[in-house]
Amino acid sequence: MDLMIEARGLVKKYGEVVALDGLDLEVRQGTVLGLLGPNGAGKTTAVSILTTLTDPDAGQARVAGADVFADPHTVRTRIGLSGQYAAVDEHLTGFENLDMIGRLYKLGKSRSRARARELLERFDLGFAADRPVKTYSGGMRRRLDLAGALVAEAAVIFLDEPTTGLDIRSRRELWDVIHDLVSRGATLLLTTQYLEEADHLADEIVVIDHGRAIAEGSSHELKGQVGGQRIEATVASADHVATAEEALRSLAVGDIQIGARSRSILVPVSGGTDVLQQALRLLDAAGVELQDVGLRRPTLNDVFLALTGHIAEPETAATPELAVVEEARP
Amino acid sequence: MNALREAFSDGAVIAKRNVIKIKRVPEVLVFVLLSPIMFVLLFAYVFGSSILIPGGSYREFLIAGIFAQTVVFGATFTGAGLAEDMQKGIIDRFRSLPMSRAAVLVGRTASDVVYNVLSVLIMALTGLVVGWRIHTGVVDAVLGFGLLLVFAYAFSWVMAYVGLLVPSPEVINNASFMVILPMTFIANTFVPAENLPGPLRVFAEWNPVSAVTQAARELFGNVPPGTPVPDVWPLQNPVLYTLIWSMLIILVFAPLAVHRYNRVRS
Repeated sequence: MDLMIEARGLVKKYGEVVALDGLDLEVRQGTVLGLLGPNGAGKTTAVSILTTLTDPDAGQARVAGADVFADPHTVRTRIGLSGQYAAVDEHLTGFENLDMIGRLYKLGKSRSRARARELLERFDLGFAADRPVKTYSGGMRRRLDLAGALVAEAAVIFLDEPTTGLDIRSRRELWDVIHDLVSRGATLLLTTQYLEEADHLADEIVVIDHGRAIAEGSSHELKGQVGGQRIEATVASADHVATAEEALRSLAVGDIQIGARSRSILVPVSGGTDVLQQALRLLDAAGVELQDVGLRRPTLNDVFLALTGHIAEPETAATPELAVVEEARP
Repeated sequence: MNALREAFSDGAVIAKRNVIKIKRVPEVLVFVLLSPIMFVLLFAYVFGSSILIPGGSYREFLIAGIFAQTVVFGATFTGAGLAEDMQKGIIDRFRSLPMSRAAVLVGRTASDVVYNVLSVLIMALTGLVVGWRIHTGVVDAVLGFGLLLVFAYAFSWVMAYVGLLVPSPEVINNASFMVILPMTFIANTFVPAENLPGPLRVFAEWNPVSAVTQAARELFGNVPPGTPVPDVWPLQNPVLYTLIWSMLIILVFAPLAVHRYNRVRS
């Protein structure tokens, strides 16, 4: 059995709102699919349907060899889910939470205790195992929630926005955990609104917007769709932005994006370091004082912009290039 | 049959989780135990001092009514607990697990029996302090308390269903107030049902809260001597009538609640 998740034509409407509009998904065994899209794109609805929580209005789905709608109980024995909000009981200890889940997976008393201890150690929660979860930090809760999805060593794991709301450090920690998980051969469906996260974790990415898949492929393939490299320059003062734009116009192969506040300018070019050298000469001749300049590959955010005309995550401008794109919007 | 066994074994896991929470959040327990004390004292002294019952003690008459009212109000906890679980998202996790679809409800209604046992106990002790006495034997007394708990358990299934309907835990108190207040007041809980005007009287006579109150009164020996035998069947057979209602409530609301649980998204 090669495909662990197979969905065809999933449709889900909530009144007037179409959450899913004919979504198809395929995930091969042992791979990670990143379902990437902004808030409200339909990611959580897709996960809800595939994990038997919600019935779709139309479509078919099989998960781990069982039909999601005809045989949901079998599907539940083969999946692990970690939802968008850490679904752990804050009055129970970390150990009690995992032990309870183990018992409900019917692991039996001794196995579910052993498994709980083992997972707490693996997720660096051993020191807090017997403390009520309400004393945990946000990152610790997320790790515990993720551990909950792994209690039964299920064949298919669903992670719905596992790092939303976490700080950079906790996010990196969680990425390590997920990497580890994947290296052990789990099949994973991961939703995220962080482009960087999908880039980092997923083998295949499905970009979803308004309930439809608008692009799919590896991170590499998706970046290929937007074409070549970009020169990104940050100038010393805002007065120089217009001058820099003027100077580099001859090199641009597409629209130049300008971020006034961050004093940076993004120029799509064709070619490599030779173009960068040329750009430096042009800027120097124009008398532009530079703070930073570089050549970079397109990010997934560029992909999203190219596909949909808007970017995926305006509120999480974690890296300078995201800020540039955001400000360039009309 | 297997499904039933799974409902109980998974339900036990959930009940254990809820009981742990009772231990870890003692503040809730304090209020659960203080409010019955307050009820008994308020009613015993505010009404008990100004209402006279020929040949009997109004205070004794009143206590069974307060018992009934308090256990019915106690069912609100069941609804609030489920609404809170939904809000916290943990219901989603449970629903994704290969566990019985009834377990979360079976476990919740079972663990809430703990609250009811404690509040009945506290009320009985407070009652004894203000002069209430059981005038029958141990068996009758145990039956009386047992019947109150059975009715409370059944009624908690009503609130379980309501708890899964409301959008947030805050709503549950208001929603339940609208139902529980008339149910417990248009009854023989605080005044004899035969004194009520026309339609209210009929409602009170057939109201299961009246029956459970009447049953407790009889089993504790708190019916004032010389009280005429009620002329309606429910109050003539209050124990049987209460058991029939309890069964009916569970038969209707347990499937409704499970059905709702299967569809709900937190």
